Amino acid sequence: MIRVVLPAPLRTLAQIHGEVEVHVEGQVTQRSVLDAVEARYPVLRGTIRDQFSQQRRAFVRFFACQEDLSNESPDAPLPDEVVTGVEPLLVVGAMAGG
Amino acid sequence: MSGVRVLVGTRKGAFVLTSDEKREKWDVSEPLFAGWEIYHLKGSPVDPQRLYASQSSGWFGQVIQRSNDGGKTWEPMGNQFTYDGTPGTHLWYDGTPRPWEFKRIWHLEPSRTDPDTVYAGAEDASLFRTSDGGQTWQELSALRQHDSGVFWQPGAGGMCLHTIVLDPSDPQRIFVAISAAGVFRTDDAGQTWRPMNQGLNTEGIPDPQAEVGHCVHRIAMHDSRPGVLFMQKHWDVMRSDDGAESWQEVSGNLPTDFGFAIDVHAHDPETIYVVPIKSDSEHFPPDGKLRVYRSRTGGNEWEPLTNGLPQRDCYVNVLRDAMAIDTLDSCGVYFGTTGGQVYVSADGGDRWTSIVRDLPAVVSVEVQTLP
Repeated sequence: MIRVVLPAPLRTLAQIHGEVEVHVEGQVTQRSVLDAVEARYPVLRGTIRDQFSQQRRAFVRFFACQEDLSNESPDAPLPDEVVTGVEPLLVVGAMAGG
Repeated sequence: MSGVRVLVGTRKGAFVLTSDEKREKWDVSEPLFAGWEIYHLKGSPVDPQRLYASQSSGWFGQVIQRSNDGGKTWEPMGNQFTYDGTPGTHLWYDGTPRPWEFKRIWHLEPSRTDPDTVYAGAEDASLFRTSDGGQTWQELSALRQHDSGVFWQPGAGGMCLHTIVLDPSDPQRIFVAISAAGVFRTDDAGQTWRPMNQGLNTEGIPDPQAEVGHCVHRIAMHDSRPGVLFMQKHWDVMRSDDGAESWQEVSGNLPTDFGFAIDVHAHDPETIYVVPIKSDSEHFPPDGKLRVYRSRTGGNEWEPLTNGLPQRDCYVNVLRDAMAIDTLDSCGVYFGTTGGQVYVSADGGDRWTSIVRDLPAVVSVEVQTLP
């Protein structure tokens, strides 16, 4: 199972407690994982990625294994630690303000 | 026993304020949608328990919430707002073409006859409608595709469709207002639109009588006289007696004719309210005195209403959707400030008290009069 940690505002919106675990058929990528998350929690559609362009929203970042994956291709394979469930994919609301 | 339910949208959540018809003792809800910007909430005129809320965030985009029990519980609805076809461009601040891009819903206007039908005003300026209670939204794209659309430019707050007025006497007629394009009217339920800005005479644009380009802040109507409209423009308070075919200035003796909010008394269609604000850059009340101005003559002659409002050291703003009117026999007037106060007058504006003083900055105020 793929583990995903969502930011608190989205956990509240989707009424999620703790991590999300999703099963992904085929290659594990940002796109396939987020597709699985949105399929399970349709209310999250449009909150992480733009509904029309499917691009990451500007103030949302993706981290895993101490790496910033935000600017990687959405179709690039995620690290093995994420694929095997050792590490979660972190969806982070960027710190913005001052 | 009758009462009122006040729906307050703020920069950091929504609040529901309730009272009986005396409007003296209030219950204030816990924050709803805490941390999110709530540009607007509004109830269905035909089912007061049916509420809609626009919840948005610079991080996580747009969510639409719906309640079927008067705000006790809420359910996220559809949030896909897609512009029809290839959206094309409008003008950016610097005059260059810029693709249309959905940013948020500023205003929700439930149908007068069907609780499942709601109109939504968007930034970038467009009008959407749902007829399934908010699950799906369709653009009424003829508005954005009007010939003038490629020349629309944003105001300082963004290019938003912020006002939707449904004509109670003609279900085919809708008025909308866009900053900074102006007023548009459809007489065929959104299939075609006309700019309705003759007489606005906006200073500071190359052609002051241009068809579009006017920074209309809000328009208001009394249900008994759908041909009469009142407008708070960036500068000037205006009135139309012919369904927005033409406008006349009625700023009269106001201390400043800038402001955002404007509304009409529930039982006297010639009594109107504004909150004059100093501008162009300050955006707070003149002289540090928070004064609602009332005209009992449909404009031109205005009186300040100060009893119970701070008359020194007050530097808040009152935004365009942050004033509301109830329909109790003694008409209640409400407004919220960017300082987090919500004020009520239960006697048409003569005396004011604060319901709450320390909310997040108030963006919108609506009131429901309950049986």
